[in-house]
Amino acid sequence: MRLSDLPKGAPAVVDRVDDAHAADPIAQRLRDLGFVAGEPVRVVAVGPMGGDPLLIQIGFTRFALRRAEAARVGVRSEAAA
Amino acid sequence: MSASTLRIALVGNPNCGKTALFNQLTGGRQKVANYAGVTVERKEGRFTAPSGRVLHILDLPGTYSLEANSPDEQITRDVCAGNYPGELPPDLIVCVADATNLRLHLRFVLEVRRLGRPVVLALNMMDTARARGIVIDVPELQRRLGLPVVETVAVKRGGARALIARVDGEVPPAAPVQPDDAASRADLHAQVRELLAATVRMPRATAALDDALDRWALHPVFGLAILAVVMFLVFQAVYAAGKPMSDLIGGAFGWLGEHVAVAMPAGPLQSLVVNGLFGGLGTVIGFLPVILVLFLFILTLEESGYLPRAAFLLDRLMLSVGLTGRSFIPLLSSFACAIPGIMGTRSIQDPRDRLATILIAPLMTCSARLPVYALLIGAFIPARKVGLFNLQGIVLFALYLAGILGAMAVGWVMKRLRRDKSEHALLMELPSYRMPKLRDVAIGLYERGAIFMRRLTGVILGLTVLMWFISTFPGPPVGATGPAINYSFAGYIGRGLQFIFAPIGFNWEISLALIPAFAARETAVAALATVYLVGGQSPGGLEHALAGQISLASALSLLVWFAYAPQCMSTLALIRRETNSWRNVAISFSYMFVLAYAASFIVYQLARLLS
Repeated sequence: MRLSDLPKGAPAVVDRVDDAHAADPIAQRLRDLGFVAGEPVRVVAVGPMGGDPLLIQIGFTRFALRRAEAARVGVRSEAAA
Repeated sequence: MSASTLRIALVGNPNCGKTALFNQLTGGRQKVANYAGVTVERKEGRFTAPSGRVLHILDLPGTYSLEANSPDEQITRDVCAGNYPGELPPDLIVCVADATNLRLHLRFVLEVRRLGRPVVLALNMMDTARARGIVIDVPELQRRLGLPVVETVAVKRGGARALIARVDGEVPPAAPVQPDDAASRADLHAQVRELLAATVRMPRATAALDDALDRWALHPVFGLAILAVVMFLVFQAVYAAGKPMSDLIGGAFGWLGEHVAVAMPAGPLQSLVVNGLFGGLGTVIGFLPVILVLFLFILTLEESGYLPRAAFLLDRLMLSVGLTGRSFIPLLSSFACAIPGIMGTRSIQDPRDRLATILIAPLMTCSARLPVYALLIGAFIPARKVGLFNLQGIVLFALYLAGILGAMAVGWVMKRLRRDKSEHALLMELPSYRMPKLRDVAIGLYERGAIFMRRLTGVILGLTVLMWFISTFPGPPVGATGPAINYSFAGYIGRGLQFIFAPIGFNWEISLALIPAFAARETAVAALATVYLVGGQSPGGLEHALAGQISLASALSLLVWFAYAPQCMSTLALIRRETNSWRNVAISFSYMFVLAYAASFIVYQLARLLS
């Protein structure tokens, strides 16, 4: 499952971050921000227009990610893990 | 250490409180400039340590990673690595980390440690960490990291005492240089987890206050309503406090000019001092209150953590026209004046997004356009009721709307035209809410004001004097009957311009008034009064004179012209300063000219057909 498909409030764990294209700086930055395997994530809020961007809680930090950015993050639902 | 000076570089993640710490250390002894050749702010401060040693502190741009994605992050990376041209390598790196957000910030600390330079870690916001029940085993953290760790509270008096004592002492030995590759980068996260497990105990992931506030601030309905209220209050304040002060300053310089005039013999020199110098100074300094009031609010909102929330709410809307959520506040400020709006784009890190915002900011209807709108609407639009509304009010609203729609259209077209179509990320941290500190807001305000006065006074004053020159010389011939400006260079230019402007319905008098309006839009009113020889300068008289001399079609065309025209020269001068490029000035000027001309042409021709 992609982080962009995760329902609001559902607990999940990061699986991996995929490059959208070769040497994808956005994917690299996501990894640097702590989107690495095993980290718990949660969608806290969604933007008022088209449900974009998403507000993601990872660790102690909240990041606003556009859907295209969140789609790079593969997650698994915590219940299944 | 025998050396009497020490160069310290302050680095850290965005929102780690680094700038507050910098302000605490250096107070007002700061120098703000740009790095050579780029538009990234360079902040340096000095501080004399108790031992008498002078510390030069460089506040580097905040970054999440040394893997740089933007020009400001490249500067941080290169200065830390000691290979930024024109910048001496720092003797000591002080890495600032938010003690309440160590999982994110420690990774950067490890990244900086690998550079192999002497590093001190400042655990900032220790007071908040304690209040939230976060327990950090500092000696153990220090032992495991292998670098000195001090606790700081940047927002409290004396909160940097431990840091000062540490940097004033022996410079710690550098950690060994480590390789930087994909495997070791992934390894950093594992190290952070280990460090956290061994040294930090944290009762819960987020502050309860943030959760509660965000439930309202980011709510799809209430969030937007709160944003609307905040913006309404900001605008009320700008018009209630900033605008009257600006008018007062303009008036004061006018009065001063008149009194100086009495003391001087009549002639070109008197005119230069009164109209050129005092008029120009009145214009420049008159901008200042509006800038300061707007920035007082922007800085307060920024310090409190609300600004990224506003960007979150509006990102989708802005993205659809090729901008970013962060463009919103600068664009909104531009409704008061494009100058603080364009200065506010410094908060947009991405250069492409920033330039796009700068280019469309002048299309927002600034307050200087209001006198012109008021004059023309009063003279030509009947105060008739249309349904519930007043026709004059509808026209004014339509002009504001025209600016916004024009800006959206231009943004959309730019998005289609630009060569760089790559995805630029939002990836924005929403920091914890914080009480803004008076000192940080005051220093920020002082910097904005100083930047404006230092960098623009000369340019605007020079252009104002040039404007004065072309509207004063050559003087009228003996026995001339028309107003003096008709015989000046401006008069000739106005007559020349009328051939260009005839298709959009401007006669030579209007074309002439456009020349001083380029210096400051509101002067168009005075210029029209001069060329139409209105005595007494009562607004009612001018409206009457205009209604008799200009057709409705021309008046509508002129209104639309003012909505889009490339103005004012202060804005263009600022674009040059902020983007370091004449090319961007040329682009703004020409696209706005074409837009204004095309829109006025359509309105004029349509209005003629219909009347």
